Amino acid sequence: MTNVKFGVIVFPGSNCDHDAHYVAETIMGQETRLIWHKEGSIGDVNVVILPGGFSYGDYLRCGAIARFSPVMKDVVRFAQNGGMVIGICNGFQVLTEAGLLPGVLLKNRSLLFICKYLHLRVENANTRFTGMSKKGEVLEIPIAHGEGNYFTDQETLKRLEENQQVVFRYCDRAGNVTDEANPNGSLNNIAGIVNETGNVLGMMPHPERAADPVLKHTDGKKIFQSMIQSVSSQFQFVESMVVERS
Amino acid sequence: MFHSKIFVTLKKSILDPQGKAVEQGIHALGFESVGNVRIGKYIEMDIETSSRDEAERMTREISDKLLANLVMESYTFTTEPFEELTAQP
Repeated sequence: MTNVKFGVIVFPGSNCDHDAHYVAETIMGQETRLIWHKEGSIGDVNVVILPGGFSYGDYLRCGAIARFSPVMKDVVRFAQNGGMVIGICNGFQVLTEAGLLPGVLLKNRSLLFICKYLHLRVENANTRFTGMSKKGEVLEIPIAHGEGNYFTDQETLKRLEENQQVVFRYCDRAGNVTDEANPNGSLNNIAGIVNETGNVLGMMPHPERAADPVLKHTDGKKIFQSMIQSVSSQFQFVESMVVERS
Repeated sequence: MFHSKIFVTLKKSILDPQGKAVEQGIHALGFESVGNVRIGKYIEMDIETSSRDEAERMTREISDKLLANLVMESYTFTTEPFEELTAQP
């Protein structure tokens, strides 16, 4: 079986880095390493995870300082060359600040930090992060944030919707996207988006907190499985090209 | 030497729930006539240069690239010359 290499970036103040590492390595059985933010290179990883937490104490704005960490230059280069990057929670905030994803995460409309399980509807199952799900499928994955209220200008929002870049929306148990199911005030109930080229995903919910069977919820595993599947199929494609040529 | 004062505020079009909460507090204090309370950030910094243009240009670039996120915030600033020794309180 193909071994996909995961790299989890560790900023000062990251606190979901070890959870992400544990899920990628122990639950999913992939080679995984933690990458300290001062490293100049991410090495030969196939997938970069920007984990949740409070990088730099959320000083100035969430993710505003983390994007200047030395390692981020290489993460941006990796992403621009088509490398897979997933930003979870604070990682999503870092991706918007770094300009890899459009928009911004405002303070929750309730002003409260919200930590609870909720439901997400898979809006686009044709991405490298959702290939193991079906369109319309409802996943139960927890959120834990104070600034998850997705906002962008109307023009960008229109483009996101038209390009099917909205990957997850907050919904109720039955999959209805309603205002009651919107925990933080996000535009169009947006919980996760991909960039135009589909290789960078940002999501506020924590798939790494819903992957270990011990925790009873394992829907988050599908996102890890999808990423592994996507990278593996690329490997197979490259291998088949090599075989054809030889 | 120049001294810049930067005020970062949420754009008018962005709901400011923090400002709303503070407004409720102000009303609870009895100041019913107060409205449109908005919360922002204040940043100040010294810039070692003898040119006002240079100090303003630097302040603008720093604000655009770091201090404000122009998707949701706007900013204003003032840049004034000052002498290090006399300016300290």
